[in-house]
Amino acid sequence: MKEILKNEMKLEFISKSSNEAFARIAVAAFASQLDPTIEELADIKTAVSEAVTNCIIHGYDHKHGIVKISAKLKENEIIIEISDKGKGIENIDEAKEPLYTTKPNLERSGMGFTIMESFMDKMEVESILGLGTKVTMSKIIKPKEEEEQEEFQMLIKD
Amino acid sequence: MESNFYEEDKLLVFTITDEIDDHSVQMIRRKADYEIERYMPKRIIFDFDRVTFMDSAGIGFIIGRYKFAKMLGAKLELSNLTQGVRKIFEMSGILRLIPVAEIY
Repeated sequence: MKEILKNEMKLEFISKSSNEAFARIAVAAFASQLDPTIEELADIKTAVSEAVTNCIIHGYDHKHGIVKISAKLKENEIIIEISDKGKGIENIDEAKEPLYTTKPNLERSGMGFTIMESFMDKMEVESILGLGTKVTMSKIIKPKEEEEQEEFQMLIKD
Repeated sequence: MESNFYEEDKLLVFTITDEIDDHSVQMIRRKADYEIERYMPKRIIFDFDRVTFMDSAGIGFIIGRYKFAKMLGAKLELSNLTQGVRKIFEMSGILRLIPVAEIY
């Protein structure tokens, strides 16, 4: 029986767009302890990149602020919280609509939340106007040994 | 990002060599628009073969260049979409609008 993996990390950085790459790479390096596939890792990187970009360009509107990330590994799951103390979202349902953007003139696609939702297994948004926004998302990473076992079982079945 | 202009075909090819996010796209956009205005091509191709990461900033970028190209009477095409890049573009539906040229 494999030991149940539990781990936790926290990260804080200022809201500079050059930190988007740092944030997604750091979370991906942490997530790699669950032995994800390249595709699963790419999904996590993309979702983190979207959430951090939202903090920087919407939450803080390019002004100075702190972006916080905390991530937990629980058995076969990674849970990631990304938050800012920025301006908050007035209407979360509207913000989550595909193609909805408050900044169309800046070539924003309005696909951020849609991508987070579809690349992760779960995504929740909490926001209070004037106080900030927190996105919590999680993804199940299927253990590879189990997959190999399944394949093996399939092979030996008659 | 590298670019090559083929005078005889009025073809401008951009080979994107960076990760594409909200930060890097600003520089990529400046360079692309500068080169497009400089050469006034009839056909523009963005090659993604060397793109190791792209988030939704890539969608906004391509839609923006599509509009710019249309305004100048040029055709825009995408090429060598990696698995991750294709996944992002497919979500946005822009592949129904912009053709993917595998060979150029």
